[in-house]
Amino acid sequence: MQNLTVTELSAELSRGAISSVELTRACLDRIGRLNPELNAFITVCEESALAQAAAADRARAEGDERPLLGIPLAHKDIFCTRDTHTTCGSRILQDFLPPYDATVVEKLRQAGTVMLGKTNMDEFAMGSSNESSYFGAVGNPHDPGRVPGGSSGGSAAAVAAGLSPMATGTDTGGSIRQPASFCGITGFKPSYGRVSRWGMIAFASSLDQAGTLTRSAADAALMMQAMAGLDPRDSTSVDRPVEDYAGALGKPVNGLRVGVPRPHFAKGLSPGVERGIHAALAELERAGAILIDIDLPNNHLSVPAYYVVAPAEASANLSRYDGVRYGYRCESPADLEDLYTRTRSEGFGDEVKRRILVGTYALSAGYYDAYYRKAQRIRRLIRQDFIDAFRQVDVIAGPTSPHVAFPHGAKADPVEMYLEDIFTIAVNLAGLPGISVPAGFEEGLPFGLQIIGPDFGEALVLNVAHQFQQLTDWHKRLPETAAQAETGEN
Amino acid sequence: MEWEAVIGLEVHVQLSTRSKLFSGTSTAFGAGPNTQANIYDLAMPGTLPVLNGEALRMAVRFGLAIDAEIGRHSIFDRKNYFYPDLPKGYQTSQLDYPVVGRGSIVINLEDGTEKRIGVTRAHMEEDAGKSLHEAFADETGIDLNRAGTPLLEIVSDPDLRSAKEAVAYLKKLHSIVRYLDISDGDMSQGSMRCDANVSIRRPGADLGTRTEIKNVNSFRFVEKAINFEIRRQQDVLEDGGKIVQETRLYDSVRDETRPMRGKEVANDYRYFPEPDLLPVEIGEDLIKQIRSELPELPDARKRRFAAEYGLSAYDAGVLTASREMADYFEQVAQGCGDAKLAANWVSVELQALLNRENLDIADSPVSAGNLADLILRIRDRTISGKIAKTVFEQLAEGPQGVDEIIEKQGLRQVTDEGEIEKLVDRVIAENAAQAQQFRDGKQQVLGYLVGQAMKLSRGKANPAQVNELLRDKLQS
Amino acid sequence: MKKSEIDKVATLARLRVSPAEADEVTARIGEILAMIDQMQAVDTTGVEPLAHPLDAVQRLRADEVTEADRRDELLALAPSNRNGLFVVPKVIDP
Repeated sequence: MQNLTVTELSAELSRGAISSVELTRACLDRIGRLNPELNAFITVCEESALAQAAAADRARAEGDERPLLGIPLAHKDIFCTRDTHTTCGSRILQDFLPPYDATVVEKLRQAGTVMLGKTNMDEFAMGSSNESSYFGAVGNPHDPGRVPGGSSGGSAAAVAAGLSPMATGTDTGGSIRQPASFCGITGFKPSYGRVSRWGMIAFASSLDQAGTLTRSAADAALMMQAMAGLDPRDSTSVDRPVEDYAGALGKPVNGLRVGVPRPHFAKGLSPGVERGIHAALAELERAGAILIDIDLPNNHLSVPAYYVVAPAEASANLSRYDGVRYGYRCESPADLEDLYTRTRSEGFGDEVKRRILVGTYALSAGYYDAYYRKAQRIRRLIRQDFIDAFRQVDVIAGPTSPHVAFPHGAKADPVEMYLEDIFTIAVNLAGLPGISVPAGFEEGLPFGLQIIGPDFGEALVLNVAHQFQQLTDWHKRLPETAAQAETGEN
Repeated sequence: MEWEAVIGLEVHVQLSTRSKLFSGTSTAFGAGPNTQANIYDLAMPGTLPVLNGEALRMAVRFGLAIDAEIGRHSIFDRKNYFYPDLPKGYQTSQLDYPVVGRGSIVINLEDGTEKRIGVTRAHMEEDAGKSLHEAFADETGIDLNRAGTPLLEIVSDPDLRSAKEAVAYLKKLHSIVRYLDISDGDMSQGSMRCDANVSIRRPGADLGTRTEIKNVNSFRFVEKAINFEIRRQQDVLEDGGKIVQETRLYDSVRDETRPMRGKEVANDYRYFPEPDLLPVEIGEDLIKQIRSELPELPDARKRRFAAEYGLSAYDAGVLTASREMADYFEQVAQGCGDAKLAANWVSVELQALLNRENLDIADSPVSAGNLADLILRIRDRTISGKIAKTVFEQLAEGPQGVDEIIEKQGLRQVTDEGEIEKLVDRVIAENAAQAQQFRDGKQQVLGYLVGQAMKLSRGKANPAQVNELLRDKLQS
Repeated sequence: MKKSEIDKVATLARLRVSPAEADEVTARIGEILAMIDQMQAVDTTGVEPLAHPLDAVQRLRADEVTEADRRDELLALAPSNRNGLFVVPKVIDP
């Protein structure tokens, strides 16, 4: 049962082969068995999940046929969940019980889903390995000695290991796509503004976007259908109709123009991944897609520009964690300054502090023009490169990450870690939709193919990913841990 | 040698919207602490701002009223600093692209002259909460009810040259925001707050070093604080000292300014565009619509009062200083048909009554309708001007109407020829000596005799008739 | 970036960098800034800064009170509160 996609589970529920309660209990059992090793969940909501599942079963008995009714899911612990712990992977929010639900949480609940719990993540979504979480690192289900990627590492691991058929994530510089690549699943980041950010704890407001972690592109389409849309509470959420994502999945890639930014592959791309990506592109070509070499001349500046914009926004977004109205407060502060400084120094981890310092510096008097404004100008150049490219191609495809999952502790140097996101960051700076789909293995570890679309090309990107998954079966190759647990169960 | 003061004001005006600038929380004054502080106002994680359209329209209304450029593409910025009454750790404000650009305001000085003061800009921002230092012995309490209330910060050019000019500017600003109905402008409740930048120089010299005075929250204190600061700077410079650029607080109890205590942490606000809000577009249509809804403003109304009602510039100025006063006057003038009498009654008798009772005109115990009726009765000679004052006092005290008071108390003026003749005959008989003096050519005695007749009638006789009849009888 | 600059920035951000960490933090941030400085090689004269990927304008909210009084529920989340107020150490007011 844990191998099935949402689409398949939905059919099983629909024909009465299983109930939502059975499915939910199976997920909870599996979490109980595997989570101690994987550490994918920070909070598990057993009681409420079973209650929601029972309610879904009753609704189904009364003829409710919504596609996500009764399907269990996990939320990244960055989404506020009413009266359920929401930590954002940080000590500073260790005991925080939000008095409200994020729009994404509300919408998915209204779609009939069952919330299993909250998944582990890099602290405040700042990281590419899930190692910066206050709640400990997460194991990659393909090899628990390796990282699952980040920052949505817990969600990716949970979906890959069969703990949950689907999960939410957020992607500021690759935080959905890179862990999807490392864990061998499908990770979709929509265009900026497509999904409401309300109730989603901010890292970098002009880059953050919620998305999905699933076992197929078709599942992503189902989730997106429930998540997307205008939210009057989020000024940056767009007022444009939501396409029928599932309905758009039938179009073959014959004649599709696929842009390939080959000049960028060279840098640090591992040989296995490079071969795999070329093979994947060849697969599309065989199906009738037209590969066109393109250049994104400013792409190499995306990491530097991102590491100004994101920390700058974060430095202000994280000022609210001051120990006054909610969250962690240091013991017996001597005075107000001590309250602020000790609360924040004890409450935040090293990476978060580092980024706050960099962001504060980049905005400070005398440096604003050289850093922040410069980065914004480069951001325009990067976006313009994409706009130009999309005049000649329908989608752009390439690697999601330069290599497969690395061992825990392998990247102690922050800059080396930042370069992990070299292929994903530009997409956030430009605000575009992007997906990572499993495209092969290198020494037993999966890697993903990234497909990028133009502004609000969600349906297009999801369909191309789906077509690729009709041509290949990489997305069906579950990690060993999942397979073993499956065997143990039977 | 003379010193010249150079003063610029930064005035924060609280916009009178129902809800906050970026959230749907009530802004009503006087609620229990933190009962008007909701999840966005408390900067709970993941909450986001959405701009209050009415606050924007109010800001544009102000901009159009002072003939300012309107920022067609206005941007909000984050101004970063830590303080317990600032929940987000940044204030959402505007730096480079304010909603209102350059404009100007004409102020009226005591000698009757006018002066045009430049307005550099006006931008929208959110208010902070309140720190209550006296709430507890060793701790400070924070009330965030006010956090997020919309403010318009209006920055003047350094065009003001004296404390009196500064007060005149502030009063004009107060009048404009009240006319526009965008703020109650109540300084005592903090709806209008003023910071003053003050420097002095020798006339014609370069600008001197300025100090900023904060916390001046009444018209009177603005004048006193600026005067104190000018004197202080003069003393420093004349003693060969230097002015330190600093922020000073005005202490109204000791009537002095002094530097803010505590270590002056170098402020570096790290402004940057607020990514949770998009650029605010103010289109031609919106501007047209707001312009068409603008009320008549004090300067225009003053000109009209002078032209339409034949009032002196001074009277027109007094009567248009507040929108309520001007509305009241116009109602009286139109009701009674005599603008000059109406102006006189409103600016003398009514004003005296309001001052005595310490009331706003909105709470006037004499309605404009009643005052118009009263003036009508003077005009149709039912009562004399003197009796009218008695009626006015009684109008202020109770619910009775003008005619009711006149009838019940028999205050109607005696105009009957026969009755007046009897009075006059009696006065001539009782004051034979004075009557003879008049006949002998001592004209001044007539006033005495008229007075005696009025006294006999207990003020009710029509003095003009008495006068005429006495003259006739004595000369015949 | 010098250590003194780290101190200044840390003060602005209300973070403490202890003497023991100072070298490490300075070095790490120095490396990050060096990476960021790749931007300086590009001429961006005349390029309009991009604050936001969306080419959209701000929506306006109707001036309506939509939030109810939730003080007791919200105040209960605070580390310290009394008499309806959030409580912090005595602020020496300016």
